[in-house]
Amino acid sequence: MSRFIKSLRLLASAGLLAVCASVFAQSANQKFSGIGRTATPAEIKAWDIDVRPDFKGLPAGAGSVAKGQDVWEAKCASCHGVFGESTEVFTPIIGGTTRKDIETGRVANLAREDFPQRTTMMKVATVSTLWDYINRAMPWNNPKTLTVEEVYAVTAYILNLAEVVPENFVLSDKNIAEVQKRMPNRNGMTEKHGLWDLKGKPDVVGTLCMTNCATELKITSFLPESARDAHGNLKEQHRPIGPARAIDTSRPAAAAAAAPAADRPVVVAAAPAAPAAAAGGVNAADISKKANCTACHAQAAKMVGPSWTEIAKKYKGDAKAPAMLAKKIKSGGAGNWGAVPMPPHPNLKDNELTALSQWILEGAK
Amino acid sequence: MSSEVKKSGRLIKAPENFLTTQDAKAPALMRRKFLAASASTAAASLAALGLAAPKSALASVGEGDPNILNLPAHTTGLGMPVAANPYGMPSQYEKGLQRRESPGLTRVSAASVAFTPLQGTFGIITPSGLHFERHHQGWWDIDPSKHRLMVMGLVKNPKVYTMDDIMRLPSVSRIHFIECGANTAMEWGNVAVPTVQYSHGMVSCSEFTGVPLSVLLEDCGIDRKAARYVLAEGADGSSMTRTIALDRALDDVIVAYGMNGEMLRPENGYPLRLVVPGIQGVSWVKWLRRIEVGDMKWAAKDESIHYVDLMPGGLHRQYTGIQEAKSVITTPSGGQTLLDKGFYNISGLAWSGRGKIKRVDVSVDGGRNWRTARLETPILSKAFTRFNIDWVWNGGPAILQSRAQDETGYLQPKINQLRAVRGTRSIYHQNAIQSWRVAESGEVSNVQIY
Repeated sequence: MSRFIKSLRLLASAGLLAVCASVFAQSANQKFSGIGRTATPAEIKAWDIDVRPDFKGLPAGAGSVAKGQDVWEAKCASCHGVFGESTEVFTPIIGGTTRKDIETGRVANLAREDFPQRTTMMKVATVSTLWDYINRAMPWNNPKTLTVEEVYAVTAYILNLAEVVPENFVLSDKNIAEVQKRMPNRNGMTEKHGLWDLKGKPDVVGTLCMTNCATELKITSFLPESARDAHGNLKEQHRPIGPARAIDTSRPAAAAAAAPAADRPVVVAAAPAAPAAAAGGVNAADISKKANCTACHAQAAKMVGPSWTEIAKKYKGDAKAPAMLAKKIKSGGAGNWGAVPMPPHPNLKDNELTALSQWILEGAK
Repeated sequence: MSSEVKKSGRLIKAPENFLTTQDAKAPALMRRKFLAASASTAAASLAALGLAAPKSALASVGEGDPNILNLPAHTTGLGMPVAANPYGMPSQYEKGLQRRESPGLTRVSAASVAFTPLQGTFGIITPSGLHFERHHQGWWDIDPSKHRLMVMGLVKNPKVYTMDDIMRLPSVSRIHFIECGANTAMEWGNVAVPTVQYSHGMVSCSEFTGVPLSVLLEDCGIDRKAARYVLAEGADGSSMTRTIALDRALDDVIVAYGMNGEMLRPENGYPLRLVVPGIQGVSWVKWLRRIEVGDMKWAAKDESIHYVDLMPGGLHRQYTGIQEAKSVITTPSGGQTLLDKGFYNISGLAWSGRGKIKRVDVSVDGGRNWRTARLETPILSKAFTRFNIDWVWNGGPAILQSRAQDETGYLQPKINQLRAVRGTRSIYHQNAIQSWRVAESGEVSNVQIY
């Protein structure tokens, strides 16, 4: 090691750390010099657009219901409907509030489990929020383009549709506090919950139990078969390797459950416990899985081969069918159902073949 | 041996003599072949890709697996050159794992959600390209040289910062989850979606880099006597505004520009967003342009019309923000089929807006009996924690559940416990224990159980 590096090291261990420490101490006590600059009044005015419930931030001005209707029909109705009732693009703005609600400040329909939709006027407690919403974010595809008068006017129009203000009303910064006293859901908010404060107290807590815990073990809800492929084919929404395959929801449940058999190890059948579909001491349903039948055949849908139901239907009442089918399963072949050949299954025992063909002809149930 | 040593020690001129002319051409040829192949693969269905995956050897192993016996092109040929993909992308075989919308959930896709495919992610970091999306008025890719942050209100010196200014300041990097308040909302009343992507995919976890908000507030000389709250506002059309309590703002809130080692993605607020650890995603204002210090809550549109929780009886809870402890098993999960009986590693994620995860218990019998899972490190405050537990599937029906507890002692509730207090119409803050039913066929489906 050179003398120069040695001396550097000495320097570092002796003094450098102390120097660093003092530099850091200085900067922590000072402003970050050279960083940022004072905002100009014009800049603050340009961006400080928020309006609070106490109306701090609300610009002076006014707008009539009549003017509001004009603006509404030109710029708002295409999404929200002429009367703010449309559900086409957004949830409706108007509806569900009553004159009684205006008196009480609580929207009664909110308590109804069966009420179909919550409108903006049912929820909003503060008229400042309406004004601020329209001013900052509307029209949806061209926000912050309305004039102050237009914002007042559109707010007035909405309030009129909800019967909070009369048809000839002109909303302004002077009378908006009076309007607040008529908001239908002004008393409808609560902050009594534990989901705000750093130390908020939870309202619902689980139960710590490890063994023999109380549970009804009753499935109360599951996805209906009709919704099986409502989110597209799940098979295309996962990777093709790993411990579990996504289900092919382009096929019905029975077929899809069997589908992965093609790329998964053959299940060595465990001793079946009291099988429902047992015949002659063997369980045909189990055999159908073990012999990979279900890779090509499903209950109701045609996959590679015909469905169990189709086969049962075709040979219904045919006395020779059981023997013919058993032979067919064993030796395989093609022609009866199309060109795709069925592979032979030489390892199936005679009693298994009999059970299987009988089971298929009975509808594979 | 000695000759080999000599050979490896030999200096090879690089790069012109490193490859023969033939070799040098190979990558281009390979790439053409590869492109042709991937084009045809794209045309084929993913199901076909699945079938192309290694079959079980046991059934028909014969002399041996052809994937071993017959050396493939990638073992006997020359691979792709460096920087063939200057910004690397996942393998073509991973195409299934994408952000997706839930059909019918929203009416317009510029005010919608794209869910993270939790069924396919590992560990605790969500790849940036798979981070869930939620926009209220569409997303923008903002020129960072023109982006400004203004801090004003109850401060001595209202200031404007450029991105240069913000990136010069002392930074922190912290791993936190972000969860939309409406995550799992569709399941308040009943099972509605098939997979963990749609039931829980409005949550992601990333390492965020930026300046603590407290640093900026101090730099502007916050009026500590009068200040109670801050308002964060975005620069997009919706100009999202959310109120944040001052104690939280001074605690661990970050004005962030970095995410997982690079700049934020545009869909996640490039170039600047607020990080409010433990609080629902709507408060993590994207394209952050303004911080105002004030003395009362703002009742902004997204805290007075949206993001209010309807309780039985008709009152709305306002200013709910904390995402309480929650967990979900991601493997195996809904919409999948187990390959076979035998061993599985049940794996999942747990997180809490109140701090660290303390434990996660797992049940395979619908909640009657529980075992405590292994928590993988790191275990960080207000971040994903990965849990794993061994399971041998005997081929019988099973119902898999996970239950998280955080360091405050809070325990994740069952869906019926939540409903008893909050009903079924509150939309937000649904953190119930998730149940996945495993049928004898191996098919896993989404169910609810009391």
